[in-house]
Amino acid sequence: MKIILKNLKKINHQNRKPMNDTTLERFQYDNKIVKYFGAATIIWGIIGMLVGLLAATQLFLPDANLGNPYTTFGRIRPLHTNAVIFAFVGNAIFAGVYYSMPRLLKAQMWNKTLSWFHFYGWQLIILSAVLTLPLGLTSSKEYAELEWPIDIAIAIVWVAFGVNMIGTILTRRERHMYVAIWFYLASFITVAVLHIVNSLALPVSLFKSYSAYAGVQDALVQWWYGHNAVAFFLTTPFLGLMYYFLPKAANRPVYSYKLSIIHFWSLIFLYMWAGPHHLLYTSLPEWAQVLGTVFSVMLLAPSWGGMVNGLLTLRGAWDKVTTDPVLKFMVVSITAYGMATFEGPMLSFKNVSAIAHYTDWIIAHVHIGGLGWNGFLTFGMLYWMWPRLFKTTIYSTKLANTHFWLGVLGIIFYALPMYVAALTQFLMLREFDEMGKLAYGNFLQTVVELVPMYMLRAFGGLMYVSGVILMAYNMVKTAQQGSFVETEEDSAPALATNYNPKGEFWHRAWERKPIFFAILATIAILIGGVVEIVPTILVKSNIPTISSVKPYTALELEGRDIYIQNGCVGCHSQMIRPFRFETERYGEYSKAGEFVYDRPFLWGSKRTGPDLHRIGGKYPDSWHYFHMDNPRSMSPGSLMPPYPWLATNELNFSDLPAKIRTMQKLGVPYPEGYDKQAAADLQAQASGIATNLKDAGVEVMPNTEIVALIAYLQRLGTDIKISSSN
Amino acid sequence: MYKEVLRSIENVAVFPIVSLIIFVLFFIGITIWTMRVPKDVIDHMSSLPMDSNDLTDKKP
Repeated sequence: MKIILKNLKKINHQNRKPMNDTTLERFQYDNKIVKYFGAATIIWGIIGMLVGLLAATQLFLPDANLGNPYTTFGRIRPLHTNAVIFAFVGNAIFAGVYYSMPRLLKAQMWNKTLSWFHFYGWQLIILSAVLTLPLGLTSSKEYAELEWPIDIAIAIVWVAFGVNMIGTILTRRERHMYVAIWFYLASFITVAVLHIVNSLALPVSLFKSYSAYAGVQDALVQWWYGHNAVAFFLTTPFLGLMYYFLPKAANRPVYSYKLSIIHFWSLIFLYMWAGPHHLLYTSLPEWAQVLGTVFSVMLLAPSWGGMVNGLLTLRGAWDKVTTDPVLKFMVVSITAYGMATFEGPMLSFKNVSAIAHYTDWIIAHVHIGGLGWNGFLTFGMLYWMWPRLFKTTIYSTKLANTHFWLGVLGIIFYALPMYVAALTQFLMLREFDEMGKLAYGNFLQTVVELVPMYMLRAFGGLMYVSGVILMAYNMVKTAQQGSFVETEEDSAPALATNYNPKGEFWHRAWERKPIFFAILATIAILIGGVVEIVPTILVKSNIPTISSVKPYTALELEGRDIYIQNGCVGCHSQMIRPFRFETERYGEYSKAGEFVYDRPFLWGSKRTGPDLHRIGGKYPDSWHYFHMDNPRSMSPGSLMPPYPWLATNELNFSDLPAKIRTMQKLGVPYPEGYDKQAAADLQAQASGIATNLKDAGVEVMPNTEIVALIAYLQRLGTDIKISSSN
Repeated sequence: MYKEVLRSIENVAVFPIVSLIIFVLFFIGITIWTMRVPKDVIDHMSSLPMDSNDLTDKKP
């Protein structure tokens, strides 16, 4: 705080210079931090994509889980998403921001110590994710899986980045902020808001917490976050980078600066509203679903405005696109942005969502965005920036072109099979025979059809990551042949104070008032957020609307945490939509009142296996035991990995009293003092299940993880049956 | 279910409508302003990335 105050005084001091003082001030751009972030981008990119490749392989070869819980799909899938989003794309954003922002503002980064704190802090956070996610320490909320101590670290490092950014803006020598800076600023503010709101949880222990929200509320907050993490982590910072690096690479200004102003405001205004389109046909209130759809469709306009602006920037430079790998990457990147942002609004229509939700369509959609837009813009930016940091030319243009074609083919081989898989599966799932029965009654029948598609997808991923490895080699060679320019000198006159020319009004004046601008942007994003969140928070959903829905027993609660630890939600939803082909298959559709004790909610977003919301009581305990031990013994052809260790791992319920107390604080109606009694209840229920299993010829200790998991699975979706039988 | 949710919040419809109006007004304002802004201002702003004195414009 002291440092900040001291620096602010310094800024004030500098600003007090007389107006006619035109002496040039000399300053330096720090290239070292850019180089470090750039290198981190490449290294984490390769690691994150290889983890993705391993996960993709497990989807047609379950034995590729390497026979242990740590590298099994449910745990490495969040590792893959976190690594590519926050490590690969995150570091790319920072490399681009630390390069472009000082140059656009004619000022060095405000505080070098903060820059390095940001760099090392961010890498440590990623390392902690690499350690904790395979260990099963997860909140299970998509793209926000990290547990609370890491969440706090993220908030601190993110704020350090923001303070450094705002400090730089305040010490700038260029009066008006270029559009890229607006995008950076809005991204910083919004990600901070999203991260804090979504991560609110009550800790049980150092690495276990329960979400502050339950059921429907939790789902709404999560997808408000999830959608806007895509918007303000994967989109707006990259639009900022596009508006800087594309004109640089094409050596001509952006096609329409006016369009970029409208692009910016309508994008940040509209994006925040669209979150509920992830929850169409769920138990979410209807008005929120409609709102999500309407605003998603409206988003098409600013998104395509941005895309057109990017592509038209290349007017008259298309000849360069055929020879320059930097521009090739950028053109495909912007095209992929256009494709993904066209597809997004289409997917938010309820009838399209019905097909895409829970199928591989969404996987294709996010990879068009991730591999195409984020990946290719990152590669274009690195190929442009790296030789300049080392004062040389690219080591091999031929290798860069090879990377480009491997990447393009990789995306095609990834996405096309996923679209085919999605449509195939949807059509099979909804087919009824002449007798009015489901044509493919067993979910597994549809999954085995998709195996060849999963193989092709993994091949696409392999091509893509091979290209990135080529780039890494090319970058190392480029660095070796050049000499690193650690700092670049520049000079500019200081900004005069008392600047208030006539004729500057409205937006033109805001562009030179960064704090006011930041506040406006904050209001813009908060309106969308508040409109969506407040009514749902007001809903008294912690009071059960279905009287027969009761809190989980102690053993079921522990079982639920095992379910969370192993990432079962990565393949199994717990949300039956009100379609005939779903209710015929799974049972009564899911009601909002059934989830009031679910912290976090486990609705899921992708079904590689069947929905589990009504699995309770469907099979005997022994079926679950054998199925966990070796899924293919009960379901031939299943892609589920075996979990034999669950039968031998002892259930650790030492933190059960703390869990009960935390749940009580959150409003779950366990009786007073239940924390002391819970362990006895747990053991009683566990020995009941162990006896059941023994009768079926299975010898298993009652204090094992599998017993808790079976207890939870057998409870799922059964409360409502009690009410209907009554 | 939906009725229960809606009943628990007073005037729920006002939330989206008010903010929709704010957005539309702001959007119209920005569009009008953008159309009227002088060309030299726009030219200056869009040339900002090109002005910087990095190694870009010198042949490496």
